[in-house]
Amino acid sequence: MNNREKEQYLREYHVLKSQGKPFFPYAVLKDSAMACLVLVVIIAMAIIFGAELGPKADPSTTTYTPRPEWYFFFLFELLRVVKPPALVFMATVGIPTICMVLLILLPFFDRNPERNPLRRPIATLAGITVIAAMAYLTIEGAVAGSPTEIEMKVPHSLEPGKAVAASSGCLGCHKIGDNGNSGPGPQLTKIGARLPRQAIARTLINPTPPMPTYSKLRQQNPKEFNELVDFLSSLK
Amino acid sequence: MRLLPGPLRRRREPAPAPTAGRPDGDLRKGHEAVALEHEREAARERRREAIADVPIAVVGWLDERTGAGPFLRGFLYRKVPKGTNWFYTLGSATMFAFISQAVTGVFLAMYYRPSATQAYESIQHIQNDVFLGQLVRGMHKWGASVMMVLIFLHMGRTFFFGAYKYPRELNWIIGVVLIILTMVMGLTGYLLPFDQRSFWATVVAVNLNSSGPIIGPYLADFLRGGAEFGATTISRFYAIHMLLVPGLIAALIGIHLYLVAKLGTTAPPWLKAEKARDLAKEEI
Repeated sequence: MNNREKEQYLREYHVLKSQGKPFFPYAVLKDSAMACLVLVVIIAMAIIFGAELGPKADPSTTTYTPRPEWYFFFLFELLRVVKPPALVFMATVGIPTICMVLLILLPFFDRNPERNPLRRPIATLAGITVIAAMAYLTIEGAVAGSPTEIEMKVPHSLEPGKAVAASSGCLGCHKIGDNGNSGPGPQLTKIGARLPRQAIARTLINPTPPMPTYSKLRQQNPKEFNELVDFLSSLK
Repeated sequence: MRLLPGPLRRRREPAPAPTAGRPDGDLRKGHEAVALEHEREAARERRREAIADVPIAVVGWLDERTGAGPFLRGFLYRKVPKGTNWFYTLGSATMFAFISQAVTGVFLAMYYRPSATQAYESIQHIQNDVFLGQLVRGMHKWGASVMMVLIFLHMGRTFFFGAYKYPRELNWIIGVVLIILTMVMGLTGYLLPFDQRSFWATVVAVNLNSSGPIIGPYLADFLRGGAEFGATTISRFYAIHMLLVPGLIAALIGIHLYLVAKLGTTAPPWLKAEKARDLAKEEI
């Protein structure tokens, strides 16, 4: 915006402002009504839905798979959508950082003096696209196969092992097929081709931190442990 | 002292003198008795005025010592442009949700113990034993979601109305920083109940941070308070959630509001376009 446009805006704004009403009491009334509504909604949700408290944190657990708060779903879904491992860093850090920088610098690269959304097609379309993408990713995150489900098809004999893998928290840090998180553990979709059976079993018992150990599973339920190793070794 | 606007300023007329038509209308009472009654009536009136003078005197006392009169008058009675509608309440609604979070947070902080061994039990104590503990904790949890929704709606409204353009660019930047800080609040607060979901979700979140370029591992170490999750982690998250970020948010909200009052809120953009045409016609 050059100086002429700035001055023109200030002049027009001055006219519109002088035709308005005083902040107190007119705007204050609207603000107070909205504040009351917000308070009622918060209290109603607190009474109706309450705040849950799950079992106490246990750093040695292996069967728990975490979900972030709903307003972070779109960021997590971005991870799911971005599949090639080389681009994962883009999804975790790159895209959110780029979006933050773009948002902050918005008034500097959008210098068009026009304010009416119908006359700023690029800005309006970009805004609607971003909102739609975030909404889509959030909904996807909400209905996503819960991280205790592995959708890939396996032969009947490997179903028990697949069930053990799905309920042991592996998907919290690993990707198996389309399910699970892309980090911090490596993808397991082809782990059978990368590691021999013994190496897989060894890793489960003596893993690299922060991966938790499954030696307890082997002690308490060796059958399930073997099923798990069978399933993982079959992933080629 | 002119803090009150014209129509609200109390008129300081003396009590009206009784004219014809005395209430008792009894000529038999005698002039002295009537005069005495009138005097008592006037005294009562003066006492009532004197009592009502107290709040005005208090405000005057403060105004004389702070010089806040002109500032408050300017803030309260500034004009908002023609066409200001309900969309414009989203900003103050967000601030109100923040205040609700702050108040419920203070009450929670009175019972919460930020230690890896005691945090969970203190939350259980709040839920089960503390009077209204369940309600306050529920309000704090849902208030967070409500605030996120409102802040995004407010940002969307500002974007689509073009209210980030000259001369309000700085306000927009402060607003974006506020949104980021709000999400940080959500992240750090999530760990504090220290149940399974909180713990593992935070593990994933911090590990994601560690995958960032250059500063990633250091950022993760800073958040965790070390190379592994431990007692330091929860104290660190608590300090960030309770002291650092709310302080930053409060300060930035202050600057944000100052700029809003100084620069004024924008008029709805469709209104402006028509106005320009009318103005042009008038000028021609």
